Parts: sequence; C-alpha cells; structure tokens
Amino acid sequence: MATRTGLEIAGVTLVHGDGESTVTALDDVSLTVAAGEFVAVVGPSGSGKSSLLAVAGGLITPDSGRVRIGDTDLTGLSARRLAEVRRTRIGFVFRSGNLLPSLTAVDQLRLPLTLGRVARPRDPMELLADVGMTHRAHRPDKLSGGERQRVGIARALMTSPDLLLVDEPTAALDRHRSQEVVALLAHEAHANGVATVMVTHDHDVLSHCGTVYRMMDGILEVATD
Amino acid sequence: MFLAWRELSFARGRFALMGSVVALIGLLMVLLSGLSVGLVNDGVSGLQKLPVSSFAFQSEVDKTSAFSRSVVDVDVAQQWADRDGVAEATPFGNTLVNTTTDDDVDIDLALFGVEPGSWLAPEATTGAALAGPGEIVLAGTLQDEGVAVGDVVTVDQIGTELEVVGFLDGQHTYGHVDVGYVDLTTWQEVRAGVRPGEPVPDHVHDDATAVAVRFADGADVDLAAADAALGTTSMTLEQSFGASPGYTAEISTLQMIQWFLYVISALVVGAFFTVVTIQRRHEIAVLRAVGASTRYLLRDSLTQSAVLLVGSTVVGVGAGLLLGAGISSSPMPFALEAAPVAAAAAPLVVLGMIGAAIAVLRITRVDPLTALGGYR
Ligand SMILES: Nc1ncnc2c1ncn2[C@@H]1O[C@H](COP(=O)(O)OP(=O)(O)OP(=O)(O)O)[C@@H](O)[C@H]1O
Ligand SMILES: [Mg+2]
Repeated sequence: MATRTGLEIAGVTLVHGDGESTVTALDDVSLTVAAGEFVAVVGPSGSGKSSLLAVAGGLITPDSGRVRIGDTDLTGLSARRLAEVRRTRIGFVFRSGNLLPSLTAVDQLRLPLTLGRVARPRDPMELLADVGMTHRAHRPDKLSGGERQRVGIARALMTSPDLLLVDEPTAALDRHRSQEVVALLAHEAHANGVATVMVTHDHDVLSHCGTVYRMMDGILEVATD
Repeated sequence: MFLAWRELSFARGRFALMGSVVALIGLLMVLLSGLSVGLVNDGVSGLQKLPVSSFAFQSEVDKTSAFSRSVVDVDVAQQWADRDGVAEATPFGNTLVNTTTDDDVDIDLALFGVEPGSWLAPEATTGAALAGPGEIVLAGTLQDEGVAVGDVVTVDQIGTELEVVGFLDGQHTYGHVDVGYVDLTTWQEVRAGVRPGEPVPDHVHDDATAVAVRFADGADVDLAAADAALGTTSMTLEQSFGASPGYTAEISTLQMIQWFLYVISALVVGAFFTVVTIQRRHEIAVLRAVGASTRYLLRDSLTQSAVLLVGSTVVGVGAGLLLGAGISSSPMPFALEAAPVAAAAAPLVVLGMIGAAIAVLRITRVDPLTALGGYR
C-alpha cells in the first residue's frame, strides 16, 4: 500500500460561540495522516481535541482552512453530502462504544450496511472474529466495557473507511483492557490501511501510536516528551 | 425496517403497553359504532324503510320536532303531486300512542297513517295488508312479544280498538318504539282524540302530519321552489331523521365521544413517541454521526409507529367484534356493520400517525455533534 493520503487538514480555524464570548477551539491547525498511519492527540480538557475530530469527521464546518479525506474536499459540502461522506468514508469510534441497546453484537455491525450502498462492505462475522469477539448474539447490556469497545471498533470498520476517528476509547476501561483495545486499534489501522486519529487522556497507551500530537488552547503541535 | 423491528422486539414490554391503550380505544370504537348503528336503527328504521324521497311539512315548522308539531292540509298532497319531477305524493300521518293488547300487554306505538293501497302503504309479510279503518299492520318484531294476527290493540285514554291484520318484515321503529300502520282516517281520529262513537268534527279529516313525496326516477326536484309555491317546509328523508325524537342528540353525543377518543388516542401516541424519541436522542446522534440520513431515520421511526398503530388497532377491533357479537344478541340497540366499523377504526390509525409524526420529527433537530464524548 503506497502512501495514500487519508486525512489532510490545512490551516483550520474554528471559533465557537458568537458575539462577545467566543472561544477559538482550533487555531490554524494543520495535520496530515497517511493511510495506515495511527496518530494520537493528547491535551488538557477544553483544549480542542473533540473539535478537531468534529472538523475532521465532517460534523462541523470550520471557519477557515481546508479538510480533505482522500481526494474529497469536505469544505463547502451540503449537510446531506457530508452525511454521505461520513457513511462511506469515515469510521467513528466513540467514548464507550455507543452501541444501540436493541441490537446484538452482529447486528451492530450489520447496521452500517443498512444505511445505504457501500463500495467495499466487510463480512460482519469475519470482522467480529478479527476483533476477538465471541459473544455475537449478546446485546450491549450483556457485554463488558472492553467487549463493547471491540464491537464499536468493528462497526466503524464495516464500510472499509479511509479515515477512522476515535474519541477517548479507553475512558471507561481499566488499564489492562485499555492496552488491549488500543493495540487492536493500531493493528486494524495498519492491517486495513486506514488513517486513524485517536484522542485520548491516557498516556499509557501512547506506545501503540505513531506520531503523538499535543493540543493546547486550540494549537496543535507534535508532542516532544 | 432493520432497526424498527429490532427495537419493537427489544422494548416489547413498553410498546405492548402503548399498543394496548390503542387496542382498548379501538375496542371502544367498535362498541360505539355498534351502538350508533343500533340507535339509528332503533330511532328511524321505520323512516329508513319508507319509499319516500322527501317530506313536506307545515311551513316554518321546528325542524327538530317536525313529525310531532307539523300539520298540513291533505289537499296539499295533490298540489305536490303536480310538481315537476314528482312521481307521487300522498298525505302521511305520524303520532306516538300508548296501547294495550288483549293480553294486557302495554305497547308503545308510532302510528303511521297512510291511505290503504297507496304507494306509501307497506306490504305485510305475515297476514294481510292494510285494507281500511279500524285495522293495524305492525312491525314484525312485535310478533316476538306475543302479538298475533287477529289480536286487538286498544289506544289508551280514548279507547279506539284496532285489529291486527298483518305484520311487516323485521324491525320498523321510530323514536325507539315500534311502528304500526293504520288507515289515514283512523289516524286522523286518534290524533284528534275522537272517541269511538263520538261525532267527528269537520276539520279532523283534513289534517295530516306531512306530505310524503316520491321523486320520479333520476328527477331533480327543486324543493325550495315547491315550498315557496305551496307554503310547506321540505326535508329529504335523510334530513327528516333529525326530526325523530332524540335522534340528533343521541347521534351527536356519540360522535362527540368518538372524536374525544380519537384526539385522546392521538395525544397519547404523540406523547409516547415524544418520550421514546427524547430517550433515543443520543442513539440518534450516533446514527447521524455515522451517516444515517434524515430520511432513513424518519422512515424507520414512522414504520415503527405504523406497525404499532395498525397492529394494535386490528387487535382492538378484533376484540371489539367478538364482544359486539355477544351484545348483538342482547336486547340492546346494537348492530355491527362492516363500513361503520372500518370508518371508526381508520381515523384511529390516521390521527395516531399524525401524532407520531409530529413527535418523530424531533429527530431532525438532533445534532450529530453530540455523539462525540464530552462535546457540548
Ligand atoms: N458548542 C460549543 N459552543 C461553545 N463553545 C464550545 C462548544 N463546544 C466546545 N466549546 C469550547 O471549545 C473549546 C474546545 O472544546 P473541546 O470539546 O474541543 O475540548 P476537548 O479538548 O475535547 O475537551 P475534553 O478533553 O474535556 O473533551 C472549549 O473551550 C469548549 O468550552
Ligand atoms: Mg472532548
């Protein structure tokens, strides 16, 4: 796999609020993540990490700058087209899996394929096996935190996305489980050639990551320590 | 459908609770419909079965009590018969009386006075048709109460004796009492309170309640013009039902109950789906974040509401029909007919869907951004 560009963020500024009380959540942020690369973003609370994911994932349009996924420019797309890009090109892994309570593990994975046509759909059973899930017929209330996160990761990979955005995946997990889950993410990112951005507060898991960035008051820099 | 079905079966307890409310209202709808049809039959079946197109009452009579208040001159009938498009017109008398049979059974009757042998005089299915004064042909249902051909019924107070010569086919009622047909002259004397043997005052044989009019096939009669020319007030047969005692009040009470139930049901369904949608807000945010279109989410939720509403209405109507079959065989005025039952059930589904749709539209206001942890 050559160095396909997964994500390219160039000079993005995002200002929250209006009128008197405005917060600059992202201040001239640039970030490039190649296909198969796994980067982490750390930083104090309120520094703009979630804002970065929101911009990269087409959930919010920045005030200036450009966001590209592969060869698709997100800036200027309608809400409908953005939803389409999220559905076909991006995988999201949320804080605690955020699975739907009514679906079994295997149905969680089938769901993305029911939302519309997908170019390269994965096989749910195979993918569940890949992430080490055996309780396929269990609903989220019967799964442990780690298992939920595995299902969440597998769900995000169902559509063979170009970009994987991961928001604090270990927030609800103990140390041991955290290591397992992040190792899995790193493995899947490399194995599937997915550009992956993970936001985390957990410094213990950074050994699994390639480049580590630090966010501070909306400014993104490569972490030095 | 993927998600809708799985949610229905996952939260089946909650949906069953909601469904049973709709089903119970559906059941009530069937019973109300049966009661409405039953009351209509009981109130005006004697009028419904008349071969009449319209009635011409006294001018400016109170339309809600025209049958008991109106008096017209029998000669007006001939003038009506001469109008364009009118096939036939004859005088018609209608008055409520209390009678007693040979066996001392009290029977309340609506006495219809008609000219024997005229187009308005009914055929008897048992015994003979009306031939002249002093005879009566009764509603068929009175046979069940032991009245038979050859019996004599006596009008209370004035003592006029009427010989039962025949019975009509099935139920003929007016104002919840059975109908008896008598000769117009007999009717005029009973109505005027003339006792048998007493001299009959001159004017008595000039009066009738109304002129019964039958239009020629396909004719379009200008009732207003005829009324203006002949000094009458016309009502079509359908309109005249409203002149039957209690009819308008009964029907409007039932209709009001029915509409209250529709509104209650729509509000309950709307409130339920509002709560469900609010509870699912985070879930919907996640779905939108991963790219579910608004159309997908709306279609999924509306399918769910439709399955719930149609399913529970069918169950409720089914239960109502079973229960109604039991009530039909009791003496209550109750009759189940397919069309009124369907007409009563359909708004339950339609209004429920409107309630659900308004609730479910909240989906469009959920911001997918809220799926990100800690993001406000
Ligand atoms: N919808 C919003 N309206 C106004 N300000 C906002 C909004 N969302 C975020 N902010 C502000 O933008 C800044 C960055 O927020 P963001 O959620 O990106 O931080 P974060 O690094 O993800 O924090 P945490 O680690 O607590 O999740 C914060 O100062 C926050 O108060
Ligand atoms: Mg955050």
